[in-house]
Amino acid sequence: MNRFSYHRAETLADAISHLRSNPAAAIIAGGTNLVDLMKYEVERPGELVDLTRLDELRGISETPDGGMRIGALVPNSDVAYDERIAKLYPLLTHAVLAGATPQLRNAATTGGNLNQRTRCYYFNDVATPCNKREPGSGCGAIGGVNRIHAILGASDQCIATHPSDMCVALSALDATVEVAGPDGERRISFREYHRLPGDEPQRDNTLRQGEIVVAVTLAGEASYFAENYTYLKLRDRLSYAFALVSVAAALQLDGGRIAAARLALGGVSHMPWRKPDAENALVGMAAGEETFTRAADILLAGAQPHEHNAFKVDLARRAIVRALTQAAAATPQSLSDKRIA
Amino acid sequence: MLKNDPHIGSPRNRVDGPAKVTGAATYAAEFAATDLGHGYIVESAIARGLIRSINVAAAEAAPGVIKVFTHENRPQTAWFTYKYRDQVGPPGSPFRPLYSEEIQYSGQPIALVVATSFDAARDAAALVIVEYAEKPHLTDLSIARKDAYKPPKKRLGIAPPPDPRGDAVKAFSEAPVSVSAEYAIAPEHHNPMEPHATTVIWEGDGKITVHDKTQGVQNSQAYVASVFGLSSDNVRVVAPYVGGGFGSGLRPQHQLFLAVMASLALERSVRVELTRQQMFGHVHRPETINAVALGADADGKLVSIQHHAVAATSQFEDHQENVVNWSGMLYHAPNVDLRYELAKLDIYSPGDMRAPGAPLGLFALESAMDELAIAAKIDPIELRLRNYTDHDENDGKVFTSKELRACYREGAERFGWNKRNARPCSMRDGRELIGWGMASGVWEAGMMKTAARGVFTADGRLELSCATSDIGTGTYTILSQIGAETLGLEMEQVTVKLADSTLPASPVQGGSWTAASAGSAVMAACQDLQAQLFKLARKIDGSPFADASDDDIAFVNGRILLRTNPAKSVLLAEALAASGEEKLEAEKSASPGLIGPMRYAAYTHSAVFAEVRIDAELGQIRVTRIVNAVAAGRILNPKTARSQIIGGVVWGIGMALHEETLTDHRLGRIMNHSLAEYHVPANADIYDIDVVFVEEHDDKASPIGVKGLGEIGIVGTAAAIANAIHHATGKRLRSLPITLDKLLAA
Repeated sequence: MNRFSYHRAETLADAISHLRSNPAAAIIAGGTNLVDLMKYEVERPGELVDLTRLDELRGISETPDGGMRIGALVPNSDVAYDERIAKLYPLLTHAVLAGATPQLRNAATTGGNLNQRTRCYYFNDVATPCNKREPGSGCGAIGGVNRIHAILGASDQCIATHPSDMCVALSALDATVEVAGPDGERRISFREYHRLPGDEPQRDNTLRQGEIVVAVTLAGEASYFAENYTYLKLRDRLSYAFALVSVAAALQLDGGRIAAARLALGGVSHMPWRKPDAENALVGMAAGEETFTRAADILLAGAQPHEHNAFKVDLARRAIVRALTQAAAATPQSLSDKRIA
Repeated sequence: MLKNDPHIGSPRNRVDGPAKVTGAATYAAEFAATDLGHGYIVESAIARGLIRSINVAAAEAAPGVIKVFTHENRPQTAWFTYKYRDQVGPPGSPFRPLYSEEIQYSGQPIALVVATSFDAARDAAALVIVEYAEKPHLTDLSIARKDAYKPPKKRLGIAPPPDPRGDAVKAFSEAPVSVSAEYAIAPEHHNPMEPHATTVIWEGDGKITVHDKTQGVQNSQAYVASVFGLSSDNVRVVAPYVGGGFGSGLRPQHQLFLAVMASLALERSVRVELTRQQMFGHVHRPETINAVALGADADGKLVSIQHHAVAATSQFEDHQENVVNWSGMLYHAPNVDLRYELAKLDIYSPGDMRAPGAPLGLFALESAMDELAIAAKIDPIELRLRNYTDHDENDGKVFTSKELRACYREGAERFGWNKRNARPCSMRDGRELIGWGMASGVWEAGMMKTAARGVFTADGRLELSCATSDIGTGTYTILSQIGAETLGLEMEQVTVKLADSTLPASPVQGGSWTAASAGSAVMAACQDLQAQLFKLARKIDGSPFADASDDDIAFVNGRILLRTNPAKSVLLAEALAASGEEKLEAEKSASPGLIGPMRYAAYTHSAVFAEVRIDAELGQIRVTRIVNAVAAGRILNPKTARSQIIGGVVWGIGMALHEETLTDHRLGRIMNHSLAEYHVPANADIYDIDVVFVEEHDDKASPIGVKGLGEIGIVGTAAAIANAIHHATGKRLRSLPITLDKLLAA
């Protein structure tokens, strides 16, 4: 861990100006990811700008359209145990609780969850090549140990995945990210927030220099998915492991027919993976395995596995079908009983 | 009342428990010292080659840095490699930190930055600039096994495979029922809660006190004295609390060398602790590939056993374990061919990990027995009973005791084995397939020469001491029980001091031998105190014991009393006071003797039963039930004993499903070097674990009838789970860990 200066931001404007004036500055809030990366020498910020005193980034509130707004500093555990969220957006509750551990969720923030870095082995080890950590150094995972890596939307520069569970649900729920920066505030649709690696794998998201995540908002109409949903996470042990494949599935049913559908995957790409075509293929159809399989095939079209992760393609297909089955039956995956319904 | 509440055999709480849970117990990295220097290790980024240059200028200029040690400026240490040997190391040239520019494995320590704080040292360590001249490396056992060889020198304490018996190849080819397959186990890295650390306290005048994370303080002491040319009087090594050993602390590790080196050179106290990531450049269970072929007659009686194993080792040492010998002693067979070979990789030397060798070999043997049971259409337990043997056929010795039949019987009963439908895929609960599998386990019941001291003082207290460690197993507690029971005291009246190199001699704590060895030594010392106290009690005026012999008296409630008339008694403290002495002292050693081990073979046994529930479509495996029935002689403390077995079972579940060190063979580097990516079972992975101790009387394995429990719990667990997975799904998985992708692909 390098030496760094520390600045406790007193106002949002103060934080933004520090970030803008010092390209070597990094934001710290919960620190559950950044501090680890600093210990590994993966991140070597010259300055830490601490946001934790900014009250305007706290709190979960209701919005005029019947939705919810979650401040960037709200801990994951507060999101998980907020009764309003559990009622309107139980998919989010489930996704949050599927991740990490109680201790980590107590410390980790909403903004931090969006901005956490990949858990790629090579990104985390400065003795190895990684285009995300050190652009131009190569991708160690391609041709290396890549069982946990991406099968969708990767590039020849980077096959890292985004590790979040929460973000998979936020993507499925079409959340909006509120950011504030030197040029004022703007709102980014969740699907536009993260990005694919392309030839700039060092960029995880579309934030501009000096911008800070202020809040995440969920639209009132996204609560129509509160009946038929599930978050199904498959991993190498029954708790406390990143997803090999995870599925956020949410349906609106009209009798036996699907009126609206949302489907997002985690653990398979540089960002939560969604395709409107896959969701459209569900709409108007009777809920059933054949329909679900077709949607899965569309969502997974173009998958490009590597040496060790080919299993993810078929696993994802099965997981999507199972998740949609759970959602349609209104039997979301239990978080305490690890048996998969 | 003629007897105390029995301490031995009762479920006593750990006497060191309160200190541990309140934080009062101090571990190696927690000892403070004035002007303590903090060392941080810089590791090699390549697997093999030379350091062309190492530039420490920036690091030395960093704030707080005291000195940076490299191979270029390290102080002189012993020249000959034999000086770096230790009590338990394998044949070869032990790794010598900072010895030269040569890189032998990725993660090798190549510099030590010493600074006034850990953070300053770590910051500066990142400023060390290294240029390498790389050489080709090999870390892939599947390639290196082509050059596997029989280790030319055997490792002390590890029996090489026995000579072949009969003609196993011919018998196999003629056998009406046979199975033959290869079974592989991934390398696993030691990750006890307490990472390795050493704090060296500079006492002045060349004297040091070393707080080392070790399972053998006297082994560390001898190593330090030998390597640095110190008189052993000047090196005291202590480790009163160890946050998990499991074999990782048997040999002196490089942080010990580096901390002592820096302390002596700087003439100040120095601490070196490894980060979790650095633990992966360290001791590990070697990757091992087993080929097993079994042949049986139509009744399932074995006619041929072949077990050939290849295990990875480093370029510089021939680490050896008992992987295959179990296959020649667990079952009867007239034709047996066992082979054990090593293959060299550019890695750090493997080391002992809980039951070294046994769960590797038994995963293969007990999987193969399951396959044979299916081929022969015989119940797996029945197959094992038909091949039961009452003597160790590798060397013809009779077992001191072997209640494995009772393990099968009681374990099966507890598990409900008789409700098992033998057909795979026949048991189901909703979407989940249910599988029941079983396996045998075996481990050595060793005993090593160990000394202990007992001091009885006028306040009626007993202090016991021995250089052995308590690595979390419960040694403090069982020694307290033995002392209290022998002298008729309360446990609170007994103090146990362990893990100080100045205490009576003990080997490292390992091999499951400590309870039997240190326990017997403590018993002997206490019996000597009994005799001394009785002698004194007879001498006091009006002693009720004037005509009494040893058989006539008992030690109860702090008194010696007459068995025929318990009202007649003498307080122990009274007997001592009458002598005018302030304390009585006895130092005794216990050893296995010469004749016993020549005539008898001593082993613990177990039968492990596993239930798995599997979502066959998604590959999720849950181990929902384990019954482990263990025959381990006398159980000193059912509570700590049960914990030992549970711990072993949990690790066995990890071995079966989770643990795997992943190496990028292009880089020759371990990639999942953190506990986020190197998976061990989480709480959610552990369901019911039921431990059964079957009655086993053994008067030969050790003077106190104890066989040891540290390792047997893990031994058969992975095989039982793999067998249960086959029963559930019809899929035979022969490569550990059994991850969901392997299950789906099978």
